[in-house]
Amino acid sequence: MNVSEKDVSYVADLAKLDLTSEERSRMLRDLNSILAYIDRLDELDTSEISPMAQILSAVEEQESGSMRDDVREGLRQSLPHDEAMANAPVTDGTFFKVPKVIER
Amino acid sequence: MISLGGLTIENARSAIQARTITATALAEAHYAKIDSHDPQIGAYLTLCKERALHKADEIDAMAVRGDQLPPLAGIPVGIKDVLVTRGIRTTAGSKIIGNFVPPYDATAVARLEAAGAVILGKLNCDEFAMGSSNENSAFRPVHNPRDLSRVPGGSSGGSAAAVAADMAVAALGSDTGGSIRQPASFCGVVGLMPTYGRVSRYGLIAFASSLDHVGPIAKTVKDAALVLRTIAGRDPMDSTSADVPVPDYVAELEKPVRGVRLGVAKEYFGEGLNEEVRTAVECAIQKLAKLGCEVVPVSLPHTEYAIPTYYILATAEASSNLARFDGVRYGYRASNAGNVPEMYRRTRDEGFGAEVKRRIMLGTYALSAGYYEAYYLKAQKVRSLLARDFETAFQQVDAIVTPTSPTTAFKLGEKLDDPLSMYLADVYTVTADLAGIPGISVPCGESKNKLPIGLQILGRHFDEATVLRIAHAYERA
Repeated sequence: MNVSEKDVSYVADLAKLDLTSEERSRMLRDLNSILAYIDRLDELDTSEISPMAQILSAVEEQESGSMRDDVREGLRQSLPHDEAMANAPVTDGTFFKVPKVIER
Repeated sequence: MISLGGLTIENARSAIQARTITATALAEAHYAKIDSHDPQIGAYLTLCKERALHKADEIDAMAVRGDQLPPLAGIPVGIKDVLVTRGIRTTAGSKIIGNFVPPYDATAVARLEAAGAVILGKLNCDEFAMGSSNENSAFRPVHNPRDLSRVPGGSSGGSAAAVAADMAVAALGSDTGGSIRQPASFCGVVGLMPTYGRVSRYGLIAFASSLDHVGPIAKTVKDAALVLRTIAGRDPMDSTSADVPVPDYVAELEKPVRGVRLGVAKEYFGEGLNEEVRTAVECAIQKLAKLGCEVVPVSLPHTEYAIPTYYILATAEASSNLARFDGVRYGYRASNAGNVPEMYRRTRDEGFGAEVKRRIMLGTYALSAGYYEAYYLKAQKVRSLLARDFETAFQQVDAIVTPTSPTTAFKLGEKLDDPLSMYLADVYTVTADLAGIPGISVPCGESKNKLPIGLQILGRHFDEATVLRIAHAYERA
């Protein structure tokens, strides 16, 4: 698979990265080099293989599984509001403040 | 003056219990070592003296009262900066959260502290754990204490370097493609990656959720076993943490290895393996044979597909996990953005380093419409094949021994221009992450220019006890 400049722009847009033009040309080169290497996966016939979505499916056949009972855990506190806001770049004390979302 | 060189968890704790040293003196001695040596090495990003000395004080008070001390009492440890520590700046090696102060502790950190450990500070690493040399840290690279012109390995380069240079008795690292084992190998210390789900990932800043592991880096196998025993076990805060009992890894160590079947896979001894590394590892295998292990040739036929599989899955998962860094709730925010989309794009472009951006791009591409089947789904299927290779091999053997890395530590700057060549350095370690099995790296010699060489031992799921037992027997031989 060959990556084009248009592909780089499209993917950068999806990934919300504002690449500079120098970054774009490096990225084009690097992605093509890496993807060329990755293409060797096509040598393998995986038509009869299921994807490995869970790492420990063998172990997960236990009654507890990964789900807990649907009860409100009274002992676990939410993060206090001020602690949650402590790392905010811009806040009015209650909300996270951001530049305008919608252009009129 | 305390000699830090021969310190292990075991002898340090005994000395504190016997009151021949205090935990406070031990912590201070480590800080003095950090003051004098870390400027050349660069292992620590943040020191937390107040927290450390407070804990040391608590332990010393217990010792004075004659209380039985907890298992890691007074042991100075460093924490890789991808694990959050309450109230202590945590960066993940990145500028995008360069001043993030977490409101909680990672489970592994909390368990260490509850067992008496003294947390000295946060250790440097490749940005978001992406790298094999610790040159991708947004702050500064780490230098290998054994040769300052060379890399310590990565991404847990700071953790391995700190332990190797006696700036911590043990450290926590994380491993997604080899990031505990490879730096341990390059720095001449022990690094253990437990089975996926053995140790909680709660509080580990996520890189690739199906591949990330938390594990110890230590000076001896026994110390690694002690740390594992403390941090392992089910955590309700991490639904992928396994509900499997934690054996007493330390008690299991001394069991004999006679009759243990060791697999030697030809795919790990082929082209690209440095001759000195090959010789050292073959010597180590012979030593294990003399101890009574049975050496059995095995094959892991899909090994050559591990790197491409890993670089699809890990980058895809990373592109998803790193979507949260958008300048809204924490971390860096680009200034003067006119609207939210611009804020996102500029924050991320300015806040992330080159390697991180490269991986996000690759991962996004692999998941995008039209490419998902060809890349991500394909890689998940090949992952099944790789896991099956191990399952088959483990029907004939109890453990598999390999070199940890094809080379010894390379020079700083040597691989920076060619990302693919850096990725290929992970060839012997990524397979274990993909299969979810545990693996340890132990020192097994040096090259002619005195660079450490690592022996890797891989085991069955949740069979860290066997892996540790073999490693311990080898270390003691």
